[in-house]
Order: sequence, then structure tokens, then C-alpha cells
Amino acid sequence: MESERGGGGGAPDGDAALLERLRSGDEAAYEELVRTHGGRLLAVTRRFLRSEEDARDAVQDAFLSAFRGVQAFEGSARLSTWLHRIAVNAALMKLRTRRRKPEQSIEELLPAFLEDGHMAAPASPWRTDEMDPAERRELGQLLSRAIDALPEAYRNVLLLRDIEELDTEETARAMGISPGAVKTRLHRARQALRGLLEPHLREAGPR
Amino acid sequence: MTCREFLDFLMDYLEGDLPGVQRRTFESHMEACPPCVTYLDTYRETVRLGRELLCPADDGIPDEVPADLVEAILAARAAGGQEPEK
Repeated sequence: MESERGGGGGAPDGDAALLERLRSGDEAAYEELVRTHGGRLLAVTRRFLRSEEDARDAVQDAFLSAFRGVQAFEGSARLSTWLHRIAVNAALMKLRTRRRKPEQSIEELLPAFLEDGHMAAPASPWRTDEMDPAERRELGQLLSRAIDALPEAYRNVLLLRDIEELDTEETARAMGISPGAVKTRLHRARQALRGLLEPHLREAGPR
Repeated sequence: MTCREFLDFLMDYLEGDLPGVQRRTFESHMEACPPCVTYLDTYRETVRLGRELLCPADDGIPDEVPADLVEAILAARAAGGQEPEK
């Protein structure tokens, strides 16, 4: 999927010039790469990692990995897209070294059904239009907390597919699971997230 | 089709992956079950909100990279890719 973080399409001319300088060992080019892309990569790793120190370490790991790989980078994708993928992988690697916190089961977050197959709590319409900037900020924070509350295996798939916009195959490779498992986890993660947001967003309910 | 089955097939429906017969059964359920239509709408809204509100590139504010992180990365590179002392 090429409408991903970092933009789609081929590499712009600026990328080619910077890449050439990187390959020739121009020290200033390395600094330019970090200054240009570091903030955005830090935003990516922060979404996966709860500790700021881990997020910064993952960005550092990502750049060192990129520096090592710059000769092999074909330049067919944008530099930003290539760096984004490296940062996502660095964040996932860092996550694997961290002790998981006790988690709620995904089952508890999924819709419940009556014996006849109807939903136990029918869905209510949401009020998400006409939000002012303060409400949007508040909703963004709520969304981050709700994603953080998902079990990690589901949270990571949702982040990769819906926020970082990797496709199913890329997500499967990054997670080391099958594409089918990605789809199952994504659907369950979205349902769980929907359930966590509903009490805050339904039209007649509290905001 | 029950509501439980409707929810099971929801993502495949939205991605256009449901075969014809199942798709028609799915759409028949939608015509008869307003709560499932609401569920579908809010499921789609969940995905949209995530993309809209958590994508920093869309908020118009440039992402700052802390100066000490830039220095640490460049120092680690100068040291041969080894991580500096923490």
C-alpha cells in the first residue's frame, strides 16, 4: 500500500541528492537525515513504546540500522517510507525485550451476544461530527488511551495496519504471523477499540 | 444470518472480500437490523478516527527531534554504530 506514512510514489529528487551524499560518507548528510526525519520517527516509536527512553532508543537503533543499510537501499521508495519501516521494526524489536504488563483478555472487550445471536447491548449512533479543536484533542487522547488498553498482540496489529498504514503482508512479516492471523487480530482489535470508545461517543451518552 | 455472524463477516464485507452469496445475505441482514447498521457505521468511524487523530503528519505541527537525541545518534555513528553508554 503506497498511501502510507511517508507518502507514496517514487523517491523525490531531494532524496536522490541526499542519498548520494550519504553514500559518499558526507557527515553533514547524516545529520541532515536525522534532523529531517528524527521527529517523525520518534512520534512513530512513541506510539508503540510506553517509555520515552525506549522510544528514543528505538529511533537511535533505527538510524544506526539505516546508516548501515544506506548502500543497499535501492532508492525506489521514498527515504521517509524506508525510514518509517525501519523505525517500526526497531520499535517492535524493543517491545519484544520488554516485560509485558498484565493484560485484559480481548474476549472481555468484544461484543457479547444473547443465545439467539442478537447483540446483548445494541450499538448506539455516535456524535463525532462538529467537534471543536479542544474536543478533537480530547478525543485523540482518549483514543490513545483506548489503544493502549488493548492486549499487546492486538494493539500492535491495529497500530501497524490502521495507524502506520502497513498492508497485511507487511504487517504479517513485521509481526512474524500469518496474513490470516493479521486479519483476525485486526478485526478483533477494531471491535475492542470500538467498544472502548462507545461509552464516550454515543449521542445520548456522556462525552 | 444472526448479528453475531454479521459482526464476524463485517471486515471482509468492508474490504470487498465477501463472495456474492454471502454478500447478499449480509446486505439482507443490514436491511432488517438497524443496530447492526449502526455497529458497521461506528466500526468504520473507529478506523477513521484513528487515522485522522493519531496521524501526526496531519496535525500541521512539525515533529521536533530533541537536540540531545540528534547528538546521541551522531555520536553512536561516529563510534562505529555501537550504542553509547547510557
